Amino acid sequence: MSASILELRDVEAGYGPFRALFGVSLAVGAGEAVALVGANGAGKTTLARVASGLLAPSAGSVHIDGSEADQGSLPAWRFVRAGVMHAPEGRSVFATLSVEDNLALSFQRAFGRSGLADGLDRAYELFPRLGERRGQVAGTLSGGEQRMLSLARVLVESPRLLIADELSLGLAPMVVDQVFETLSQIRATGTALLIVEQQVGHALELCDRAAVLEHGLISWQGPTNEAGAALESRLFESRAPH
Amino acid sequence: MILASGFFEDLFRGILQGTPPGAVYALIALGFVLTYKTSGVFNLAFGAQAYISAAMYFKVHSVWGWPKWAALLVSVFVLAPLVGLVLERAIFRHLRTASAVSKLVVTIGLSVALPEIFNWAARFSAVAGRQITGIVPDGAGVYYDPFGVYRFNRDELAMMAVALAGTLLLAALFRFTMMGLSMRAVVESPRMTELSGINANRVSAFAWALSSTFAGMAGVLIAPRFNSLSSGDYFTLVIIAVAAAATGLLVSLPRALLGGLGLGWFIAVFNTFLPGLADDHTWLRPFQENLTPSLPFVVLFAILVLWRAVGRQREASDPLAGVDPPPPALAALERHPRLTLFTRLFGVFFVTVVGLVVWFRADVLWMSLVTKAVIIALIYLSVTVITGMGGQISLCQGTFAAIGGFTVFQMADRFNMSVLAAALIGAALAAAVGALLSLPVLRLGGVWLAIATLAFAFFFDAVMVKFSWVGGGSTALLTGTQVPRPLIGPIDFASDRAFLVLAVVALVVVSVVVIQLREGTIGRTLAALRGSEVAAASIGISAARARIVAFAVSAAIAGLGGALLAMHQQNVNYALNFAPIVALFWLVVVVALGSRTVEGAIQAGAAFALFEPLILQGELLGWIVRGEERLPEFFPLSGNWRLILFGLMAMQFARHPEGLVEHGKRRSATRINGWLEAREARA
Ligand SMILES: Nc1ncnc2c1ncn2[C@@H]1O[C@H](COP(=O)(O)OP(=O)(O)OP(=O)(O)O)[C@@H](O)[C@H]1O
Ligand SMILES: [Mg+2]
Repeated sequence: MSASILELRDVEAGYGPFRALFGVSLAVGAGEAVALVGANGAGKTTLARVASGLLAPSAGSVHIDGSEADQGSLPAWRFVRAGVMHAPEGRSVFATLSVEDNLALSFQRAFGRSGLADGLDRAYELFPRLGERRGQVAGTLSGGEQRMLSLARVLVESPRLLIADELSLGLAPMVVDQVFETLSQIRATGTALLIVEQQVGHALELCDRAAVLEHGLISWQGPTNEAGAALESRLFESRAPH
Repeated sequence: MILASGFFEDLFRGILQGTPPGAVYALIALGFVLTYKTSGVFNLAFGAQAYISAAMYFKVHSVWGWPKWAALLVSVFVLAPLVGLVLERAIFRHLRTASAVSKLVVTIGLSVALPEIFNWAARFSAVAGRQITGIVPDGAGVYYDPFGVYRFNRDELAMMAVALAGTLLLAALFRFTMMGLSMRAVVESPRMTELSGINANRVSAFAWALSSTFAGMAGVLIAPRFNSLSSGDYFTLVIIAVAAAATGLLVSLPRALLGGLGLGWFIAVFNTFLPGLADDHTWLRPFQENLTPSLPFVVLFAILVLWRAVGRQREASDPLAGVDPPPPALAALERHPRLTLFTRLFGVFFVTVVGLVVWFRADVLWMSLVTKAVIIALIYLSVTVITGMGGQISLCQGTFAAIGGFTVFQMADRFNMSVLAAALIGAALAAAVGALLSLPVLRLGGVWLAIATLAFAFFFDAVMVKFSWVGGGSTALLTGTQVPRPLIGPIDFASDRAFLVLAVVALVVVSVVVIQLREGTIGRTLAALRGSEVAAASIGISAARARIVAFAVSAAIAGLGGALLAMHQQNVNYALNFAPIVALFWLVVVVALGSRTVEGAIQAGAAFALFEPLILQGELLGWIVRGEERLPEFFPLSGNWRLILFGLMAMQFARHPEGLVEHGKRRSATRINGWLEAREARA
């Protein structure tokens, strides 16, 4: 196979009897950055879940570094060990653990016991708010702070592929800029990105390829500089059904 | 010594005496908290796990004659973790994201089935009067008396030492190791833990093996205190542990330790002083006899009801719950209309045929079994109201039924009252008790409500039944709690046939009431609360009234059913029908088979009453092969099989928490729907 870190082939997926994806194929190569855009309910989050092993596809296959991931029960932790990390949408933190424990859970595995303190320092440097509240139980953080916490977990680690779902939702504009700044930094170190983002402008600026998801199907994909016009019209179409 | 003054010396002795059992309670509470913290399972089967190790220890040491250390190794450090691993793999892994109530029901099922499975597999049977010896040599024979007031034997010292070591071990595990942190993370969200690169399955397997080891250790340590091994004693032990664990809101290890010790002290001190007081004040005497065995339940109930923090604790929800599909709707709502019509017709046909066969052909035994099935179905409808409609679980339905039964007995025995009138009074009384009980426990959610009602059931069992104005006292001992059949004008229900008709009429009336309740305001309110209490409150739906009504109605139904059952058997038969563990058994059957619908309750009632004679005794097969003499030799199957099948049913339920009947219905409905639609498309 080529240098694709992650490849979805004809993936179909859904929830119980409900189908959300109908034969999606998408590949992310090493160091590449792909923006996934689409209307609400198009299936972006579902695709991200399949791509990180949280949801098993009902048909089709998921490949990491060219080899097929175990069908049926895809254990998400294997994806992480292979370098594919996922920052899920919403408040994805352990509400009963402290800020520090939330981070330590990931960092100790990634950096070992000796690298733990260093990892924590970098996280607090990235988001000083978290450093101030390191002992607080994560469930009592504000919505934005919880977002920061779940981002800190993945941004510090610079995995091989980062799947980020609605990164900037609920963050103050200044923090959003800072997050995208960090993203482009870790991109420069070789991390590939698969980004789901409603702030399309930001996402397109960062990425070199875009894929448009409509009703569970990829309707267009290509370089971001060509995305412009086609993308605009599509998004507006599905947003305003007149 | 300074302690020479009587009162303080007694107090001090009581405390010392209570420390060793307190240490074992603490050990169990620790294991219990460990399971809860690391798997979110409120493990009522913990006592069964403890029992298995204790029985294995006895078998290996006393029967096979192996040395103590080898017996300990086999039973506590090999068998116990193995049991934990198997339970995790076969059952609890699939239940990770299930509701607290379905997890609880599964553990109740296991607490009944596990000891039986072990006894059967290991050909173990407890030898009455033959005690287990402790884990240290000469444990009961060598004494140490450090303070000059109470002599500890070696077994007791071992108990304290092990409890201390266990606490330190767990504290270190949670404070210093990655495994401890991962275990806490897995309970909250296994998926998020996996997204951190941690194998959630391995973590929870480890947690189960560890907590099972605690169970085994505690089981072996406490065994010398019992006269003989019985799984019932071990079940009670868990209730004690729950009381201890509740003081730490189920999550704090140090508080569970203190809670266990505190309970041991409290019971010992209570036992030290009460007899003396009762000598001076005679009115205390009945309490002394009755209250002592129920102290843990009273303490547990008091903690749950009086301590405000308990109700406020909410389970943390999984931030990735959105990955799960929504729970499916009731199969009947999605059925093809033609299929619904067919099902109804078939149902009417089936009931008619069964009715005719029973009416014309059944012998006395079968008539009585069918009557029992009808009455049990009626009692099961009380579960439909609370669990099916309200999504909550009450573990004292047997107690409500017993209230109905005892009322009929008392009214008939003392006042010679008509039993039908007495049955209505019994139902009303049960409703009143239900409503009263619901007031303090209302604010408790999920698992806590279940535990409070379980504590109440045990309290009723240990204290109330002993009073002669409830359980009949000496009358009951001499002649049994006899109940006559009703008599209305010329109709004498002493005839089994007439009584069956009466039971069926009662069942139909109660079914109609339940359906009306479900369609009405109360039912809708309960449905809304079942979804989300917070969301319901935010649109102005109040939980309290609907819950109180549901509790009262449910208790009344159970009371009526209990009264009918007593009339049917012409005896209350409390121990056989309504005692807490028996009641748990029949509760699991209905919840596992389907408590959401009226049909589900009726089918479960039939299954409960008829399964044993029909399948196990081989009557059905005998009828098919025409003649009992042609049955294969292994019939009738032993009663153990009933319990083992029961355990398997609980396991199946783990995978289909909507109820097995409902699951079967949905599967066949989907298949037939597809077929019907395909045919329509062709036409
Ligand atoms: N757990 C679930 N059960 C049933 N259906 C679901 C579930 N989660 C998502 N869906 C449905 O799947 C479809 C795709 O959802 P998805 O979350 O992937 O959309 P999305 O593109 O991420 O939307 P948004 O931009 O709003 O986040 C939607 O129609 C949604 O209603
Ligand atoms: Mg989304």
